[in-house]
Amino acid sequence: MTFINYASKEINCKIVYYGPGLCGKTTNLQYIYNKTAPESKGKMISLATEADRTLFFDFLPLDLGSIRGFTTRFHLYTVPGQVFYDASRKLILKGVDGVIFVADSQEERMEANIESIRNLEANLKEHGFDLSTIPYALQFNKRDLGNVVPVEEMYRMLNYKREPTFEAVATTGVGVFDTLKSVAKQILIELKKR
Amino acid sequence: MSSADFVLYEEEFKHLEEALRRLRQEANAKAVFLIDKNGQQIASAGDVEQFDTTSLASLTAGNVAATDGLAKLIGEREFSVLFHEGQQDHIHISIVAKRAILVVIFDDRSSLGLVRLRVKRASVDLEKIFDTMLQKGEKGSGAGPASPFSEITDDDIDALFGE
Repeated sequence: MTFINYASKEINCKIVYYGPGLCGKTTNLQYIYNKTAPESKGKMISLATEADRTLFFDFLPLDLGSIRGFTTRFHLYTVPGQVFYDASRKLILKGVDGVIFVADSQEERMEANIESIRNLEANLKEHGFDLSTIPYALQFNKRDLGNVVPVEEMYRMLNYKREPTFEAVATTGVGVFDTLKSVAKQILIELKKR
Repeated sequence: MSSADFVLYEEEFKHLEEALRRLRQEANAKAVFLIDKNGQQIASAGDVEQFDTTSLASLTAGNVAATDGLAKLIGEREFSVLFHEGQQDHIHISIVAKRAILVVIFDDRSSLGLVRLRVKRASVDLEKIFDTMLQKGEKGSGAGPASPFSEITDDDIDALFGE
């Protein structure tokens, strides 16, 4: 649910990074945080366990500049990926404008990727959203590792609706901004249609 | 998308700010915030510069969402009031008009009783303003200025991402 504030001339949109545990959602946000100019970002908040696993969410507010005199602000959130945090995951999808699914390219994580996409679909539905219509991008992360599944095969298994798909190495930033831009753009195009 | 966008026009914004200013004064509070349940700040009053308001809004919404989840687990519809007591500063959080969160930050110059009383009264005013906003929203763009986004071009969007 985009929040359009005519008084302060701002549009606020919410993007959620989704995916199985340890796929690199927080790493995506950390890279964006590190590479963004101080004036364009707010504080990054991570509600994590002592072992640095996301407990509730990470949050990063980002200003992308202005469009027709309106400051365009994106609020980026990650969900906790571990299966048993489903209740928290559901809460974070509330009012979402766009979703980025971060898939772990390692062979042994394919099952977890598929399960997480199904979980995303179900949780979106509970909020009245439909994965087939919501702005959405897919990221194949950890392409630098040795035991990765070929891109074509991953695409066949995980691509839901021919959404834009990106290869990434979130630790070094490969594909991170491309994925974000793709969803941000889809959100703005949606706004235009309404 | 399933839910309508949340649109705030100048006129209602002024009314909201006015109501918050009144509440801050009457409750003798340090600062008062009105936050959308999705974690975006709508309006504020008082000594707000000392707070990271964006983080405050997102964490409050997370807090309320988690508490809502807890309520449902034990069969309650919601916990409509949350209170966090600190050594010096305290936070009173309540739900207004089902979709917004009213946050009052106060210290020992005020009291929980006074804040609760004033919040109750302010909530009635705020709800009225929200009703007007919703009515405007339902009437569509005819009630407010034309959407500035209907005319954005692909170039505008690309320019936003220019390196």
